[in-house]
Amino acid sequence: MDPKLLVTIILFGPLIGAAVAGLFGRRIGNIPSQAVTTGFLFLSAILSWVVFSQWTWGGLQPFTITYAPFIHVGDFQSNWSFRLDGLSAVMLVVVTSVSSLVHLYSWGYMAEDDSRPRFFAYLSLFTFAMLALISAADFMQLFFGWEGVGLASYLLIGFWFKKPTANAAAIKAFVVNRVGDFGFALGIMTVFWAYGTIQFAELFPLIAGSVGEGWEFVGQTWRLVDLACVLLFIGAMGKSAQFFLHTWLPDAMEGPTPVSALIHAATMVTAGVYMVCLLSPMFEYAPTAKNFVTIIGAVTALFAATVGMMQNDIKRVIAYSTCSQLGYMFMAAGVGAYDAAMFHLFTHAFFKALLFLGAGSVIHGMAHEQDMRRYGGLAKYLPVTYGVMTIGTIAITGLGFPLEGLGLPLPDLGFAGFFSKDAIIHAAWEGGEAGNPIGYFAFVTAIFVAGLTAYYSWRLAFFTFNGHARWTSEDLAHHWHNRDHGDDHASHAQHETHDEPLADDHGHGHGHGHDHKPHESPWTMRLPLILLAIGAIGSGIAFHHEFIGEHKDAFWRGAVYTAPAQAHAVPAAGPGQPAAQSGVAPVGEASHAAAPAGAPEADHAEGGGEAHHAPLWVVLAPLVVSVLGLLIAAYVYIVHEGSAARMAAQRGLLWTFFYNKWFFDEIYEATFVRGAKFLGDLFWKGGDQKIIDGLGPDGVSALSVQVGKGAGRLQSGYVYHYAFVMLLGVAGLLTYALWAWKA
Amino acid sequence: MPLLSLITYAPLLGVAAIVALRLFAQKDDAKAAEAARWIAFVTTLATLALSVLLVARFDAGNPGFQFVEEVPWFAGLSYRMGVDGISVLFVLLTAFLMPICIAASWKSIDDRVCEYMIAFLVLEALVIGVFCALDLVLFYIFFEFGLVPMFLIIGIWGGKRRVYAAYKFFLYTLLGSVLMLAAILYMIATSGTSSIPELMTYQFPGQAQAWLWLAFFASFAVKMPMWPVHTWLPDAHVEAPTAGSVILAGILLKLGGYGFMRFSLPMFPLASEMFGPLVFGLSVVAVIYTSLVAFRQTDIKKLIAYSSVAHMGFVTMGIFSGNAAGEQGALYQMLSHGVISGALFLCVGVVYDRMHTREIAFYGGLVNRMPWYAAVFMLFTMGNVGLPGTSGFVGEILTMTGVYQASTWTAALAATGVILSAVYALSLYRRVVFGELVNPQLATIGDLEWRETMIFAPLVLATLWLGVQPNLVFEITGASVDQLVTTYQAAIGK
Repeated sequence: MDPKLLVTIILFGPLIGAAVAGLFGRRIGNIPSQAVTTGFLFLSAILSWVVFSQWTWGGLQPFTITYAPFIHVGDFQSNWSFRLDGLSAVMLVVVTSVSSLVHLYSWGYMAEDDSRPRFFAYLSLFTFAMLALISAADFMQLFFGWEGVGLASYLLIGFWFKKPTANAAAIKAFVVNRVGDFGFALGIMTVFWAYGTIQFAELFPLIAGSVGEGWEFVGQTWRLVDLACVLLFIGAMGKSAQFFLHTWLPDAMEGPTPVSALIHAATMVTAGVYMVCLLSPMFEYAPTAKNFVTIIGAVTALFAATVGMMQNDIKRVIAYSTCSQLGYMFMAAGVGAYDAAMFHLFTHAFFKALLFLGAGSVIHGMAHEQDMRRYGGLAKYLPVTYGVMTIGTIAITGLGFPLEGLGLPLPDLGFAGFFSKDAIIHAAWEGGEAGNPIGYFAFVTAIFVAGLTAYYSWRLAFFTFNGHARWTSEDLAHHWHNRDHGDDHASHAQHETHDEPLADDHGHGHGHGHDHKPHESPWTMRLPLILLAIGAIGSGIAFHHEFIGEHKDAFWRGAVYTAPAQAHAVPAAGPGQPAAQSGVAPVGEASHAAAPAGAPEADHAEGGGEAHHAPLWVVLAPLVVSVLGLLIAAYVYIVHEGSAARMAAQRGLLWTFFYNKWFFDEIYEATFVRGAKFLGDLFWKGGDQKIIDGLGPDGVSALSVQVGKGAGRLQSGYVYHYAFVMLLGVAGLLTYALWAWKA
Repeated sequence: MPLLSLITYAPLLGVAAIVALRLFAQKDDAKAAEAARWIAFVTTLATLALSVLLVARFDAGNPGFQFVEEVPWFAGLSYRMGVDGISVLFVLLTAFLMPICIAASWKSIDDRVCEYMIAFLVLEALVIGVFCALDLVLFYIFFEFGLVPMFLIIGIWGGKRRVYAAYKFFLYTLLGSVLMLAAILYMIATSGTSSIPELMTYQFPGQAQAWLWLAFFASFAVKMPMWPVHTWLPDAHVEAPTAGSVILAGILLKLGGYGFMRFSLPMFPLASEMFGPLVFGLSVVAVIYTSLVAFRQTDIKKLIAYSSVAHMGFVTMGIFSGNAAGEQGALYQMLSHGVISGALFLCVGVVYDRMHTREIAFYGGLVNRMPWYAAVFMLFTMGNVGLPGTSGFVGEILTMTGVYQASTWTAALAATGVILSAVYALSLYRRVVFGELVNPQLATIGDLEWRETMIFAPLVLATLWLGVQPNLVFEITGASVDQLVTTYQAAIGK
C-alpha cells in the first residue's frame, strides 16, 4: 500500500476514534466507545509497524505530505503536513504501540469507571496530538502537537475531576509546561527572524552559514545558534520534566495509571528529547546549548534518582524514575549521541510503560492502595505482575553482559535498557575523551545514577513483592469502599484540603467476597503487560544494530545529524536532509568539544556509539554499580527487612532533603505562587481601585463621585435619576455631534 | 446596488418594523415583546446573509477599497462608504454576533423588550457604519453614536450598579472623543478633505503627526481599552446584560484596534514609529498587570473582562510592530477574541440565567450536572488560553512574532502572558466547573437547552475552524495588510 496513505490513516484514525467516543459516547455506550477507539489504535499500531519495517528493511525514502496550509503570512509559512523520516518512523511505532496497549489495558483498569467514553476519547485525542507532533514539518505544527498533548495531559491528569488534588495537579502540569512554552515560542520567533523560515527542511541548511553570527535579544548580544537552541530547549525542559520545570510530573500521577504509562512515561514526556534530536542540525552548531542540555540532563538524572529512592508511593517512584531516565536521554543528546538518545527513548518506552502498567496492576489488585509501606509479599498473589515487573526492573537497571565489549567473540546480552543506557554512558565518556569536560561530568553522573537507579528500582520490586505482608484483609476491605490515594507524604505542593472526603468514583463493586486478598488482573490487563515485557526484553538486542550499531547510517539516513568534526560522525547524506553540507566544517567556536580537530576523534570516529574502544573499566562500570544497587536494595528490603523504616525514622538531614524533593515545591509556592497572588491583589486593589479609579473617574470630578456614592440609592427605583443622567449623556453627545456637522 | 449601505441600514428596517408594530398593531406587551424578538432576529439574520454575500463578492486580490459609494453631502463633505481587507471581516463579525445576541436575550430580557431590541438593532447599524465609513465625519458620527445604545443597554437593562458603570463608561469615552474630534477638525482644515482614502496618502508634517496621533490615541486607547484607561471595562461588563457584554467585548473593543490600523498607522506613520515604545510599554503592562488582576477576581465576568484587556494588549503591540506578522496577528486576534470572549460571556450568561449570581465561590462541580456546558466552556477557555487548534493561538503567536522584530523585550515580556493566561483561565474553570457539587442550590441545575446549544454551535465551529484554517482569513486580509505595511515602512524609511 502507498506509504502516504498508510501514514494518513495512522494519523487520523485516532482522531476519528476520539471524536466518535467523545461526541457520541453517551449515546452509543461504553463498549462501542472503547471498541472504536481501541480498534483505530490497533489499526494505527499495525500500520505503523508496516511503515517502520518498510523504513528499516524496505528502503522506504523520506517524504513529506502537505495536507493543507495552516498559517501563511509573508515568510511565516506553515502547513499541515506529515514528515516521514527515521525519527518519525521510530516515534510512530513507539507512540502507537504503547497507546494501543494502554487502550486495551484500560478496558480492565477502568472497568468500573462511569465515564469510560470520555477516558478513551481523551486517550485517542492524545495519540492524535502526539502523532501530529512527531510528523510536523515546521515549528507551528510541532507547537500544535506540543500543546495538544499538553491539553490531553491536563484533561487526563484531572480526569477524576472531583478530586481537588487531581485538579490542582492538572493545572500545575499545564502551567509549568506553559513556562517551557514561553521559551519555546521565543525560540521559534528567534529562528523566524534570524533565518526567515519556520520550515525544518528550509531551516537546517542555513544553520552552518550562520555560525558565529550574533543576535540581539533583550538587550544582550548572543551567539545566534546557541540562543535559539537554548530557548527551544527550555520548551523541552517543560515537556520532558527536566530540572527546574520537573515539579509537575510527580503530581501528574494523580491521573489514572494507564495515563501515567502512556503520557507521563512512554510518549509525551519524551517529546522534548525528540525535539532536540530533530533539531540536531541546529544543536550541532550550538556548543554552549549542547553543554547546557548535558548539564540539565545530568542534574535531572541525579536529582530525580535521589528523590525516587525515598518515595513511598509506588507511582511516584516510577515518575521520578522517568524524570531521571529522561535526564539520561538529554545527556546523550547533549554530547551529540542523538542516536543513543533516541534508542534509549525507544527502549524506555517499553520498560517504563511496563513498570507503570505493572504498578497499575498492583494498585488494581490492592484496592487502589498506592503506598508501598502497605504492600509486601505480593509475589504469590500477583504472579504475572510480579514476573513482568521483574523483567521491567532488570531492563531499567541495565543488567546485561557486555560480552562483545569485553572483546569476546560473542554478542552482548541483556535486556533493553542495557543496550541503550550503556550506549549513553559510553557516549558521555567519549565526549569527555574528545576534550569536553562536560562529557566527563555526564559520564560520572551517569555511572553514579545507574547505581541509584538499580537501588530504587529493586527497592520498589522488593518492597512490593517480597518480604512480609504489611497489609491485612481488613485494610483491603476498608479500601474497597474508601478510595484512599495513599499519598500521605509530608509535603504536597497542593494547598488543597486533603481531608475532604474523596468520592468513591472508582473503587467499589469489585465483588470481593469476605476474604479480601490481593487479586491478579484480568487478561485485558495481563496481555499488554506480557507484550510490553517482550519489548522490554528484546527491543534492545533486536534493534541496537539499527539504532546505534553498524547499520545506523542506513537506518537514520540523516535524520539525526552529527557535525563532521565530532566523535561518532554520521556520514551525513540523507536524501532531502540538511546534512548534505557534511563537507562544511563548523567554523570557529562551533567545534567545541572536538576542538583539536585532528587527533583524538579519529580513533573513535568509526566505532560510533558502541563500546568497542572504551577501556575495560568503562565497559564494566555500569554493570558493577547496577549490581551494587541491587545488592544494597536486597540487603535493606529483604535481608534486613525494616531497616529502611528505621533509617527513615531518624529523619537525617540528607534524608529530609531528598524525601522533600529538594524542597522545590515549597520554594516555588513561596515565590511564584504567593508572588503572583500578592501582585494580583496589589494591582487590583491598589493600582486599579485606589490609584487609577481614585485619580481618574472617581476623583476627577465631584459629580462622578456623587454618582458613584449615590448609585446604591439610585438603584432602588428612582428611575428619573438615571434617566436624567442618561439624558445628560445623550445631550452631550448630540452637542458635539452637531458641532462636528458645522465644521 | 449599494451593498454597504444596505447592510448598514438593514437593521434600521427592523427598528421601523418594531416601532410600527408597537404604535399601530400590538398593544399587548407580551405579544409585542415576542414579535419584537422575532423581528430583531430575522433582521439580524438578513443582515448576516447580506454580509456573507459581501465577503463572497469581495475581491481578495485587490488591496484598495471596494464597494465604494460616494454621494456629495453638505458643507463639502461626502457620504463615502467602502471596505477593504482590514474592515470587511469586522462587518461580518458584527453581523455574525448580532443574531446570537438576540437569541441569547430571548428569555433573559423580559423588561422593555421592544426598546431593548431597538437598541441592539441601532447599535448594529452604527457599528457596521463605523467599519464601512470612508469619510472622517461620517466615521466620527457612527463611532460616537455607537456609544449611545450601548450606554442605554448597560444603564437600563444592567445590574445593580448599572448607573455607576454606565457613567464611568461614558466619562472615559467622552474624554477620548473630545480630543479626537479636535484632531479631526484640524485634519479637515489643513488637508482640505475629509476623505479617508485621500488622507491616507496625505503627508502631515512630523510635528502635527505627533499631536494628531496622541489625540486619536486618547480615543482609541480608551476603546481598546489599554492600561491605564481600562478600569471602565470590568464595571461595564459586570453590569451589562449578557448580550451587552458579548457586543462590548466582541465588537466595541475592536473599534480601537480598527482605528489604529485605519488612522494612526497609515496617516501618522512617523508618529506611530515614534510612539511605538510607548504603546509597547503600555501593552506589556496590560498583559502582565491585568492577567495578574484577573487571577484574583471573585466575579466570573470581571475575570473575563480583565482577561480581555490582557488580550487587547497583544493587539496593540502587534499593530505598532509595523510588520506583516504583527498586523495580521493583531487583526486575527481581534476577530478571534470577538468570537471567544463573546462565547465566554455567553457561558457566564448560561449560569447567571439559572442562578442569578456571578460569584465564582457560589459555583463548583457544574460538570456533574452540566457535561455539555462543561465541554463548551472548556473549549472557549482553551481558546482564551491560546491553545493551538483554536483561533486564540494564531493571533497571539503572530502578534508576538511581529513585535519580536521591533522589540525583543516586549516579545519576551508579553510571552509571560501566555503563562499567566493559563493560570487565571484554568483556575476559573476549575473553581466553577470541576470538583464536587457542594452547593445545594446547584443540585437541580440543568444542562444546555436546545436554544443555548444552537447559540453555542456557530461559536464552537468558528473557534475551531479559525484555529485550524486561519489561512482562509489571511487570504482575504492579505492584500490590504501588505499594502498597509509596505506604505508604512516606506513612510518611516525602512
